[in-house]
Amino acid sequence: MHFDAFDRYHEKDSFLHHLDPRVKVVVTIVFIVSNALLPDAAWFGFLFAWIFLLLVNAASKLGVAYTLKRSLLALPFALIAITVLFSIPGKPVLQFHFLMWDLTVTDMGLLRFVSILVRSWLSVQMAILLVAVTRFPDLIHALEHLRVPAILTTIIAFLYRYLFVLTDEVFRLLRAREARSAAVPGTRSGGGVLWRAKIAGNMAGQLFLRSYERSDRIYNAMVARGYSGHLYTLNPHEMKSTDYFATAFAIVVIFVTQILGRF
Amino acid sequence: MLYSPTPMHIPDGFLAITISIFCWVISAAVIGVAISRTNKSLGEKQIPLMGVMAAFIFAAQMINFPVAGGTSGHLLGGALAAIVLGPWAGMLVMTAVIAVQGLLFQDGGLVVMGANILNMGLVTAAVGYGLYRATKNQPKGVRLAVAGVAAWLSVMTGALLCSIELWLSGTSQLAVVFPAMMGVHALIGLGEALITVSALAFIMQTRPDLLGAGSESASGSSSWAWVGGLIALVVVLFSPLASADPDGLERVAINMGFINNGLSAPYQIIPDYTIPFLGETALSTIVAGIVGVIVVGGVVFLIGRGLKAKSHS
Amino acid sequence: MPVTHLKKQFSLPECSGDVLTVQDLHFSYPDGHNALHGVSLKLCEGDKVALVGPNGAGKSTLMLHLNGILNGHGDVEVAGQRLTRDNLPAIRSMVGLVFQSPDDQLFSPTVFEDVAFGPLHMGLSEEEVRARVDSALEAVRMSAYRDRLSHHLSVGEKKRIAIATVLSMKPSLLVLDEPSAGLDPRARRTLINLLRDLPITMLVSTHDMKLVQELFPRTIVMDEGKVVADGLTIEILEDEALLNAHGLEKP
Repeated sequence: MHFDAFDRYHEKDSFLHHLDPRVKVVVTIVFIVSNALLPDAAWFGFLFAWIFLLLVNAASKLGVAYTLKRSLLALPFALIAITVLFSIPGKPVLQFHFLMWDLTVTDMGLLRFVSILVRSWLSVQMAILLVAVTRFPDLIHALEHLRVPAILTTIIAFLYRYLFVLTDEVFRLLRAREARSAAVPGTRSGGGVLWRAKIAGNMAGQLFLRSYERSDRIYNAMVARGYSGHLYTLNPHEMKSTDYFATAFAIVVIFVTQILGRF
Repeated sequence: MLYSPTPMHIPDGFLAITISIFCWVISAAVIGVAISRTNKSLGEKQIPLMGVMAAFIFAAQMINFPVAGGTSGHLLGGALAAIVLGPWAGMLVMTAVIAVQGLLFQDGGLVVMGANILNMGLVTAAVGYGLYRATKNQPKGVRLAVAGVAAWLSVMTGALLCSIELWLSGTSQLAVVFPAMMGVHALIGLGEALITVSALAFIMQTRPDLLGAGSESASGSSSWAWVGGLIALVVVLFSPLASADPDGLERVAINMGFINNGLSAPYQIIPDYTIPFLGETALSTIVAGIVGVIVVGGVVFLIGRGLKAKSHS
Repeated sequence: MPVTHLKKQFSLPECSGDVLTVQDLHFSYPDGHNALHGVSLKLCEGDKVALVGPNGAGKSTLMLHLNGILNGHGDVEVAGQRLTRDNLPAIRSMVGLVFQSPDDQLFSPTVFEDVAFGPLHMGLSEEEVRARVDSALEAVRMSAYRDRLSHHLSVGEKKRIAIATVLSMKPSLLVLDEPSAGLDPRARRTLINLLRDLPITMLVSTHDMKLVQELFPRTIVMDEGKVVADGLTIEILEDEALLNAHGLEKP
């Protein structure tokens, strides 16, 4: 298991990489909120939002394919929205028989369905860009600056640091299980579901104990360096004029998107 | 896929903005109470402990066991986290896990994160811990059995909330999303229950002292049993009702003005709530949402205060 | 089982214990396990001392006492100050404790944050903190790693950063637990050179007898919660009866 599988940051020297993480977080969130606010079938709005996304993508030097590929991640969830195709009244555009149902896709249903997908597709890509051009520790600093409670950002920082260490441990446990999961040809192996669940549960219990003990050792290491219940941090981020300019530009674009979305 | 995301991680775009904000405010209020409670009870060790435990839950979600036909059972962890760490710390840990899944892996959206935290982190912890806590003085076998039921119910509660949010957002029809979500999660919940129980049994056998530490941090425990029991009861009562007559429920919701079916701006789910001087704009809807949510937040805050007062007496 | 080895006097340079004095330290864990059994030792300015002995001898427990994470019966004095609850913060800035697993020592997402943790918690100004981070990283020759993510480092790099995390506090005594464990030969060599060049008093617990021979003029042998020998490394390594009795091997 290699840590790269978990790292979403892509080292590049682009305009976006150098932008203040706060700007990137805020613009991403405003962009996603804006998408959610666009009415169904606001094609001009969607189009403009997409152009903005492409622009941001270009400023990241990551290439369009990068976000496009990863944006398929949210696609399976579209299944949840599939019923709007048939449930919203409108002119029928397609009728077919599926198992025991006669289904009618309406034009209004289709508009709604596509609108949901477009909103999600645009939003997910912007979120993908955010983590690709911002190192996660910087993202945590941005959250601190944006007044997310320190205890949460600290837990998140610890989670980020130790998810690599603990997932390594999980993979070692899983590998050990696999190495011992031998089967004699011709016999049924692996035990029952309950037995397998119990093994998995024991692994989780084992992992819990190791993590608990690790947290004790980490606490000692913190205390040894002067920790006494309060955490101090130094977050080296300062807004430059380009940061303000980029924020203003993004806000204007998103505002225009909203206006266009209402024609 | 390194860990199998459950169908419960809602991506951005699938919830109406009002629902998103509403869920954010409820989650933020509960998280706020959780922060002040853990600050008092766990002391200076809490930070490394909760941090590593969040990584533990994240990593434990990758432990799976083959069930049948290529599917596998795995852990969501809300109930387990709350049982071993106490409910408030469990909630914070789950919040961090869901935040990292959304931020780093786009597993669940950002603006809808409040809903995801509520569904998968907060109510799972409340139900899981509450029911387990009710067995305080019972023998080990009973406690484990109840923990299993609690874990299963915690997943079902999350799924229920998730389908209601999707339905109220006009993303899905209740008649479809409800049985689908509940059906899938009835199975997922079994995996959750089995792993939770065997993990707990393992801990009870090797380090029973650690479980004691977790529950000590949650004074006011009888209130937890009530909260957990109440939510579970709602799930149990609501489920047959919704399955028997989902269209009826939908009609009720439309009549009450919760749903504006069709195309007329799905985000205006509470039309009566639009602020007059702002007119029928998106801004107005947001403000309305915030107002509504402050009311709910106030109620949550009062409940929190109640719990607190009880624990001090 | 009591140690039956006849305690032999080894030659030691004159030392008044100006950096560290431990006097008759006793400690048992809450589960009743008796870990320290009257430990006494003295360290002087510039000493580089190895602490050896089998697993469970009490080495790590002793180290945890040196900056007050554990509190047993007996005296611990650092630079002439007796360790009490009140001067704990001061003592902790004087004793730099580096734990065995660098993954426990490096708990922050980035190298900078970790090296800055100690100075920040000493209440130093931002400017001073930055200066100390830079000089500590310079001292372990890892200046280029300042903004790296901790989980991207190799074990050897993590160990060096771990040392930097306490050097940034400018301690008068460096206490290391198993610094060479788990290192490949090249990383181990780099670490040995680093420890040799660091101009600071150090107490190093280790099983690596070659490291002891190469780096430390003085060795303390512990077993079953007691100091069983304390003297010049050359003399101790020649005493095969002593080494065998405490499960050690001549390099």
